[in-house]
Amino acid sequence: MLIPLDQARGTGAHFNGMKLQARDVVIHHRRQRYGDMLLAVDGVTFDVADGEFVAIVGPSGCGKTTFLGAVDGLLPLTSGALALDGRQIDRPGHDRAMVFQQPSLLPWRTVTGNVMYGVELIRIPKAEAQSRAKRFVDLVGLEGFAESYPLELSGGMQQRVNLARALAVDPEVLLLDEPFAALDAQTRETMQQELLRIWNETRKTAVFITHDIVEAVYLADRVIVFTARPGRVKEIVTVDIPRPRDLRVKREPGFVEIERRIWESIREESARDGLAATA
Amino acid sequence: MAERAEEPIKYDSLPNFPAEGFAGTDLGPTRAPRDSLVRTTPLPPQTLFQRHEALLIGSFGVAVFFVAWQAVASARIWSPLFLPGPVDVWQAFLELVNDGELATDIAVSGQEFVIGYALAALVGIPCGLLFGWYPRLRYIFDPFITFFYATPRIVLIPLFIIWLGIGVESKIAVIYLGAVFAILINTMAGVRSLDASLLRVARSFGAGDLHIFRTIALPGSVPFILTGLRLGTGHALIGVVVAEYVAAQHGLGRMMMIAGSTFQSSKVFVGLFLIAAAGLLLTYGLQRIERHFDAWRPQR
Repeated sequence: MLIPLDQARGTGAHFNGMKLQARDVVIHHRRQRYGDMLLAVDGVTFDVADGEFVAIVGPSGCGKTTFLGAVDGLLPLTSGALALDGRQIDRPGHDRAMVFQQPSLLPWRTVTGNVMYGVELIRIPKAEAQSRAKRFVDLVGLEGFAESYPLELSGGMQQRVNLARALAVDPEVLLLDEPFAALDAQTRETMQQELLRIWNETRKTAVFITHDIVEAVYLADRVIVFTARPGRVKEIVTVDIPRPRDLRVKREPGFVEIERRIWESIREESARDGLAATA
Repeated sequence: MAERAEEPIKYDSLPNFPAEGFAGTDLGPTRAPRDSLVRTTPLPPQTLFQRHEALLIGSFGVAVFFVAWQAVASARIWSPLFLPGPVDVWQAFLELVNDGELATDIAVSGQEFVIGYALAALVGIPCGLLFGWYPRLRYIFDPFITFFYATPRIVLIPLFIIWLGIGVESKIAVIYLGAVFAILINTMAGVRSLDASLLRVARSFGAGDLHIFRTIALPGSVPFILTGLRLGTGHALIGVVVAEYVAAQHGLGRMMMIAGSTFQSSKVFVGLFLIAAAGLLLTYGLQRIERHFDAWRPQR
């Protein structure tokens, strides 16, 4: 079932059509304060198909964000392998773009300037970069705010810029690290709907980290449930709710059933974590 | 999962507003434009006083001070040698201008200041950026920076006079040394206090060290650099006066020292005001630059 990555890399001969592949990924997290390496992710294996939207949920501290950081190429693996289109991931690259938990916008750049940030690093003509930035500012619904500075925007609007910045580099895979966690409930729902609208237009392969089960089920084709730390894949749940999905779908019995199943799965893990009573 | 119990609610059965507007009413187009989220109304006009409030109140305070000072001086409780009034100071200023000595003094002091301060900025900013960015460079230079910053640099004046003579060179050295550490330390602090999340964004998008430096480290530390430059002007002006006090051939500091030791209090005040004016002008200029770089900060 699993393709050894060192064979798949470069040749493409054994490439099984999967966009993103994780094989026994083990990551230790460096803790400066304790002077040790904490085992954060312990053998994660799964595939993401081209154009698929995958959500990862799990109890807090289960290594979701650490795992995504590794997919982005910001963190080294202890062992195992991550591959995108059969090529091993070992550093950040333009084939992946991250939407961060905090907007992390350059305060001295305008909305357009911030969306340009990633685009500038790809070698394309300046005029094209500008028109591309404009296109994505419009796509995320900020056409009236192109020349505004981040500090003049609300939290939801800042996250739209964060999303546009990632989309503008036209990545193979979009990585989203709890992008709506810091927003109020209403804005969060609006942003979920907006994300689906935008995703429908681009159909990017997406990996979305969240601790919000409803959000995960609403957005994703498959929900990957992580165990408590150290993170492993506990369960993969397929969400067979047809698209396009309206927000009202969250009230339907089929949706609620999937949500309940994942909730119980995570409850188990949280309880286990509670018994372990670690930091 | 496929079963769906409820019929979805038909929202499109709600009555629609006519796209062409209601007949007989003049409310403009009923259909808002696409970007209707951005509706603006001009601000109410401000009065002349509101627009220049800070300046007007500030000037009033200064005017009151000078009037009070003149009143006390005119009462002649103390002799003008002890406490001259603003009018005496102004007369002394005109006298000095007519002598022709003042122009030379200002030119010499100005030259010392400009060269010393420019050197401090040229060395302080790049070194501060480098030491802030590369910890190992900082480890090397930190002991020296701490040593010089903790030492009152005035005590070095005798050495500078021995090494460089009593001409402008020894003054430039004192001014440079006075300003360079304020600029360097603040610039370094600016680089070190950069938002870690921005650096993460840059790395995530595949930015190299040089690109991060140019797009994040440099603009991110501009407020600190400008603070350093502003503190530096103060240190540099102290350097001008103090260095000339010790030994000099020309300059405002020397003029003030001689005037002071011969009880010409009015001339001391002239020097004081000229130095203060220079400080004000420089601060004002730097504030203008600061405002230019701070366009993104919401108005307080």
